[in-house]
Amino acid sequence: MELLIEKGVGIMKEEIGILEGRQNQIFEKKSGQEQQFDISCDKTSLSGSVSQRACVFCGSRVVLYPVADAIHIVHGPIGCAAYTWDIRGAVSSGPELHRLSFSTDLQEMDVIYGGEKKLYRSLIELIEQYQPNAAFIYSTCIIGLIGDDIEAVCKKVAQEKGIPVMPVHSEGFKGTKMDGYKAACSALMKLIGTGSTESISKYSINILGEFNLAGEAWIIREYYEKMGIEVVATMTGDGRIDAIRRSHGASLNVVQCSGSMTSLAKDMEKKYGIPYIRVSYFGFEDMSKSLYDVAALFPERPEIMEKAREIVREEIRTYYPEMQKFKSALTGKKAAIYVGGAFKTFSLIKALRTIGMSVVLAGSQTGNKDDYLRLKEMCDEGTVIVDDSNPVELSKFVLEKEADLLIGGVKERPIAFKLGVGFCDHNHERKIPLAGFVGMYNFAKEVYESVMSPVWQFAPRKGGLA
Amino acid sequence: MLLRHTPKEVKAREGLTINPAKTCQPIGAMYAALGIHGCLPHSHGSQGCCSYHRSTLTRHYKEPVMAATSSFTEGASVFGGQANLLQSIETIFSVYDPDIIAVHSTCLSETIGDDLQQITKKASDDGKIPEGKYVIYASTPSFVGSHVTGYANMVTGIAEQFAKSTGEQKDQINIIAGWMEPSDMREIKRLSKELGVKIVLFPDTSDVLDAPQTGKHEFYPKGGTTIEELISVGDSKCSLALGCISAEPAAIALDKRCKVPFETVDMPIGLSATDRFIMSLSKAAGVDVPDEITDERGRLIDVMTDMEQYFYGKKVALFGDPDQLIPLTEFLLDLNMKPIHIVSGTPGQRFEKRMKEILQRIPEANFKNGLNADMFLLHQWMKNEPVDLLIGNTYGKYIARDENTPFIRFGFPILDRIGHSYFPNVGYAGSLRLIEKILGAFMDRQDREAPEEKFELVM
Repeated sequence: MELLIEKGVGIMKEEIGILEGRQNQIFEKKSGQEQQFDISCDKTSLSGSVSQRACVFCGSRVVLYPVADAIHIVHGPIGCAAYTWDIRGAVSSGPELHRLSFSTDLQEMDVIYGGEKKLYRSLIELIEQYQPNAAFIYSTCIIGLIGDDIEAVCKKVAQEKGIPVMPVHSEGFKGTKMDGYKAACSALMKLIGTGSTESISKYSINILGEFNLAGEAWIIREYYEKMGIEVVATMTGDGRIDAIRRSHGASLNVVQCSGSMTSLAKDMEKKYGIPYIRVSYFGFEDMSKSLYDVAALFPERPEIMEKAREIVREEIRTYYPEMQKFKSALTGKKAAIYVGGAFKTFSLIKALRTIGMSVVLAGSQTGNKDDYLRLKEMCDEGTVIVDDSNPVELSKFVLEKEADLLIGGVKERPIAFKLGVGFCDHNHERKIPLAGFVGMYNFAKEVYESVMSPVWQFAPRKGGLA
Repeated sequence: MLLRHTPKEVKAREGLTINPAKTCQPIGAMYAALGIHGCLPHSHGSQGCCSYHRSTLTRHYKEPVMAATSSFTEGASVFGGQANLLQSIETIFSVYDPDIIAVHSTCLSETIGDDLQQITKKASDDGKIPEGKYVIYASTPSFVGSHVTGYANMVTGIAEQFAKSTGEQKDQINIIAGWMEPSDMREIKRLSKELGVKIVLFPDTSDVLDAPQTGKHEFYPKGGTTIEELISVGDSKCSLALGCISAEPAAIALDKRCKVPFETVDMPIGLSATDRFIMSLSKAAGVDVPDEITDERGRLIDVMTDMEQYFYGKKVALFGDPDQLIPLTEFLLDLNMKPIHIVSGTPGQRFEKRMKEILQRIPEANFKNGLNADMFLLHQWMKNEPVDLLIGNTYGKYIARDENTPFIRFGFPILDRIGHSYFPNVGYAGSLRLIEKILGAFMDRQDREAPEEKFELVM
């Protein structure tokens, strides 16, 4: 097989094309003796790599962006605002301020003399114009260097305009996307606790780490509400400032996409004594568990659990038979997964097994050691596990492991198609909900449509060999 | 009504951009570098910059876009990014093995004060650049100019850092491409071939960002101007720069360095601009225009006359990049349409000067570029004087929807349609395609919205 990566420098035995210094971020599960598992992660990418990762700002922006009745103003040169303008399909049922792009558009003179005044004026103009319920101010790389005191500006504007104005310390170079999540969570923490918790039910939750891509939060919310549980706030999908402000009145935090929101759940536990659980809404198995786990925490109301069982029964009865035709076609096919957070890969492995597929590559941009240990436990022999991968590695493993499907995000899609394998976007660009029971059906259908597409009979596949 | 908050009244804004009609310099530098064969663009800054540019280009082209990053950390921002860049150069050559690394700076590395020239020299002195390989650079801080000037800076860097003058003139003409699509570059090459002129086109993203499906992921696709060609541009008879903002600076640099005279013409969009391009190229090469091209031109004029009644007096709003807006505005006027609102986020006085000349016939036309020339302003203008057609990149769809205005996608980025990478907008053929789109937009609307008694079969 002719691989372009043969040009690369071989480091691991027979394993060409792996970046020097990255061997420890790749692991292949093998049979036989006990393997040492010491994948290194949580580290910054090697300079000069074609990393698929983003930055701190990106992390903050994706977490806060779905709050729809706030203005989101990017303090810095134009690029950061332009590239994040409405690129993530986070749907709102009402206001849509989050879909606009506001930037201080810093120029050379601002970099020399500071951008505080410009930020202040921009904020005043915007708040008068749009009458938002709050404002988030994102610091970009350059703000960290020129030393604008955005805290002070925010404070001043908040006083003058009477709305919360939150600085988000998201300078791109100050860590990884994970640090951006944390910065976003601290901004949310400043809002939480400032609203009235009056009339919030004892049987109530917040949905954390659900961003309402393609309307997914609505599906999840409906399940919980059917169970008789009040959803105080979703953070941040279809998010509203008032709901966030009173979210400390909920009895439980239900955290999905643990990478982005666990720190908020922990902070809320510490400050308000609200316990949290980690869930996933992908796949029948994890979706059902996320309903049962919540119900189990309200034992004094057994009807909640009863209702949960009923929902699971009904939904699976609806979708499971429908999925069998996909399963029979897909059984034995192989998938490669490369997504942002490791937690998502756990669910995806299970979901793929539900439709008869095995996983030959599992990786993430931002997993931590525990995540990868758990991945190792879950995976079959021969599965390759990678942290912070790059296109060369991904292409190599997809070809070597003869994957039929790649699951990833925007940058991975064309790679899959060039290689002649199917693709499913499990990131910002999903067009249909993949969460919930209906989401599992959608997922199976999407995978089926892509893997079994007649287009592959015309497209040279797998390195041009098949 | 996504843009329901846009007020009709235009008020002066102080330092705020709402819905920009531009993005930052580095992505332009990355795009230009992709037009060199065997080149890996390198972003000297935080990881996010590189990731955003790659994602945006991928969304626009539906193609893999490869580029590396210095992956700045807090340390780099305190001690400078030299170590990161040196490490990057070493890593890239040993693992990704390009022929060329094209480094561009970012707001972060510029503000820290990294000097790309000095760092690449150090890399060379330290033996980090293998024999026969190149590291070129361009300074592209995000707080200056726009994606268009970033493109121009990298193209200038390419010209300055490759061109050599051997003293022996080659029978070839340089065509310096302004920011255009791979399809446009392909069309420029086709037209030159029809004319029988040997050209070196740079940069050239055809066969890079419109690559065929082969079952392989080609890290370095077969297209792009080669090193050999780029070195030879210093010996060319002359240069033709297509666009005064995105291409001319490279032509000037080449003139300074290798004494290659140049002429700047508009990007050949529309009849008049294509005429000028063909005339300039044929004159420079001393060739006659063949019948094939004259016939292409004739077909375009034929359609312009056939459909003349549908263009008359139609008002148009357009936004995007100056080198495209200038000839496009002229073309709309040639079609007897009325371009009345024009916005470009890219700063520069050339735009204003040219627009003033072109729009003499329409004194009421609004045009603005640079700071605060954003889509919020364009929308406000449109509220004050509605138009029949909006032309611009994908972000125009919000305004088009809210105002129920027919909309043609044109420019960068186009995130929701295909075609731009495969079908040109330049040349007579490209102009014909534009006409087809314009008419399609009008007529589809008419068919959709006309009352039954006015619903026409023959149009």
